[in-house]
Amino acid sequence: MSGLYLESLTLSHFRSHRRAKLDLDGRPVAIHGPNGAGKTNLIEAVSLLSPGRGLRRAATDDLTRRPEGVGWKVTAILHSLHQVHEVETWAEAGTARQVRIDSKTATQTALGRIGRVLWLVPSMDRLWIEGADGRRRFLDRATLSFEPGHADAVLTYEKAMRERNRLLKDMVRDAHWYAALESQMADAGAAIQANRLATVGHLMQAQAEGETTFPVATLELTQPEADLPDGTEALKAAFAESRPRDLAAGRTLIGPHRSDLSAVFAAKGVPAADCSTGEQKALLISLILANARGLAQDFGAPPILLLDEVAAHLDAGRRAALYDEICALGAQAWMTGTGPELFADLGERAQILEVTEASGTSILAPKK
Amino acid sequence: MTQGTKDIEALIDLLSRLPGLGPRSARRAVLHLIKKRSLHLIPLAEALTRVGATARECLNCGNIGTTDICDICTSDKRANGQICVVEDVADLWAMERSQQFKGRYHVLGGTLSALDAVGPDELRIPRLIDRIAGENVSEVILALGATIDGQTTAHYIADQLPGVTVTSLAQGVPVGGELDYLDDGTITAALKARRSL
Ligand SMILES: Nc1ncnc2c1ncn2[C@@H]1O[C@H](COP(=O)(O)OP(=O)(O)O)[C@@H](O)[C@H]1O
Ligand SMILES: [Mg+2]
Ligand SMILES: [Zn+2]
Repeated sequence: MSGLYLESLTLSHFRSHRRAKLDLDGRPVAIHGPNGAGKTNLIEAVSLLSPGRGLRRAATDDLTRRPEGVGWKVTAILHSLHQVHEVETWAEAGTARQVRIDSKTATQTALGRIGRVLWLVPSMDRLWIEGADGRRRFLDRATLSFEPGHADAVLTYEKAMRERNRLLKDMVRDAHWYAALESQMADAGAAIQANRLATVGHLMQAQAEGETTFPVATLELTQPEADLPDGTEALKAAFAESRPRDLAAGRTLIGPHRSDLSAVFAAKGVPAADCSTGEQKALLISLILANARGLAQDFGAPPILLLDEVAAHLDAGRRAALYDEICALGAQAWMTGTGPELFADLGERAQILEVTEASGTSILAPKK
Repeated sequence: MTQGTKDIEALIDLLSRLPGLGPRSARRAVLHLIKKRSLHLIPLAEALTRVGATARECLNCGNIGTTDICDICTSDKRANGQICVVEDVADLWAMERSQQFKGRYHVLGGTLSALDAVGPDELRIPRLIDRIAGENVSEVILALGATIDGQTTAHYIADQLPGVTVTSLAQGVPVGGELDYLDDGTITAALKARRSL
C-alpha cells in the first residue's frame, strides 16, 4: 500500500526498552498494557522520527536507558507516498541527537520533509486553559506538517531574538547591531506568521469540508496587544520602533513569539477554555483529525498519528466514531490504553500489541 | 622512563593536539622525524623557531604574516578598490589559492555574537570603516557564513558603509571558515555571481 506508515520500528536502549523490533503493515496500532509498562515510551520513539524533541519534549540524555546510560537509537523503515526510506536517529551519551536517512547524515528538518507525525498526549488536556506556549507549540506542530520549512524559520527567529534580548539586557545602544538582528527576525517572523495563518486556513477548511462527529473549532491567530504588522518591512519597522520599550523590559515584547491560538466551540459559541473537560478534549481530537484530512489532500497521505491514552476519556460511542474516522482516513494511528477491551471495536482493522514490564524492561507481544 | 623517552612522549602529545592529527598519526610523524633527523626534524625545529619569533597579524587587515603590514596590504597591485571581508585567515588563504580575487582583504576574526560577547570592537569592524576612506575602496565583498551570526555581521557592516558598493558572495556557498573546503572553481563561480546587498 502507499501512504505514510512505518513498516518496521526498532528501539535500542530507549527508555524502558532494551531492544525491541516491531513489524507493521500500515493498519492502526493499538497498544495495551498496565501503567508503567512502556507504552508511551514506545510512541515517544515514533515521535522522534519528526523534527524536535518528541512528544515529551525530553532532553536526549533522558531518553537513554538507565542504568546503562550508553545512548539510544531508533530505526524505522518508513513508507512515504511511493518511496521507502530507512530512518535512523540516535544520541550517544552527552551528545546531540543525530539523524540519518537512507544511510546519509540528515538534518531534523529533512525528517519533516519525508514524514509527517502528529500527536495528542494527556498533558495536552489542559492546552486550552494553560499558557499560550502550549497552544503555539500545537499550532507550530500543525504548521510544520503543512510546511516543513517552518522549522528553519522558527529556529532563525529564535536565535536572532535571543541575540537581540542579550543586547537589550546588556543595555547595548548600537542601533546598527539591532537593525542587523531585526532584519533577520523580520524575514523569519513574516514567514512564521504567514505559515501559521495558512495553517489556520487549512484547518478551518478541513473542518468545513470533513464529515466528522467531533465538534468544529473556530480558530484565530491572536496577539496579546496590537496585531502583528503584515510583511517583512512593516515587521522590521515595528521591531525598531519597539526598541525603547524593549530596552526597559529587557526583552522583545512584540513578534510572532507572542502569538496565541484561540478556539471557540463553534456550535455553542463558547471559548474552548470555558468548555467542559470532555468538550476540550473533543476539540483537540477534532483538530488533529482535521489536520490529518488536510494533509491527506495537501501532502498526499494522512500523517502518522500518536494518540496516547486517547480511548480513556471517550464514551463508547465517541470511541467507535474515532476509530471509524481513523480507519476511513487510512492513517497509521498508534493508540495506547490500559486494557484490550478499549480497542475491541477495532477488531481486525488494527494491529494489537501488548506491552508488559519485568524488572524494569519492557516486553512487547504482538497479537498474531 | 628516562628523560629522553619523556621528551619524545611530550612531543607526540603536543602534535596529537593539532587539528587533523590524533595520537596514532602523531606517533607516526614523530617516529618519521627522528629517523630523518637532518632531512626533516632539524629543519622543522628551525622553521618553528623562526615562525614562533616572527609570525604576527597584519595591523591593517588581520592576515597572518611575518611583518607588521602583510604582503597583500603593501602591494600596490592589490589596491584595485576591492576589499573582501572574511571571518578567518583560512578563508583568505582559500580565496588566494583560487587566484581569482585581485584586491585586498579584511579578516574579522569571527562573527558578531551578543551571546558569546563578541561585539564590533572584537572584530576589527571600526578598522574596516577607517580603511574605506584611507584606501579608496569602491567595493566591499562580504564572504561571510550563511549562519545567523554571519548574516547579522553582513547586515551590520553593509549598514555602515554608505557610498560604497557592498556585495556578497553568491548564496548557497558555504563560507565562514568553510571556504577552505571549497575547490577553486566553486570559489571562482561564487565570486562571479556575487550580488548587491
Ligand atoms: N531512561 C529510562 N530508562 C529506563 N526506564 C525508564 C526511562 N525513562 C522512563 N523509564 C521507565 O518507563 C516507565 C514508564 O513508561 P511509560 O511508557 O510512560 O508507561 P506507560 O505504559 O504507562 O505509558 C517507568 O517505569 C519509567 O521508570
Ligand atoms: Mg503512558
Ligand atoms: Zn594586511
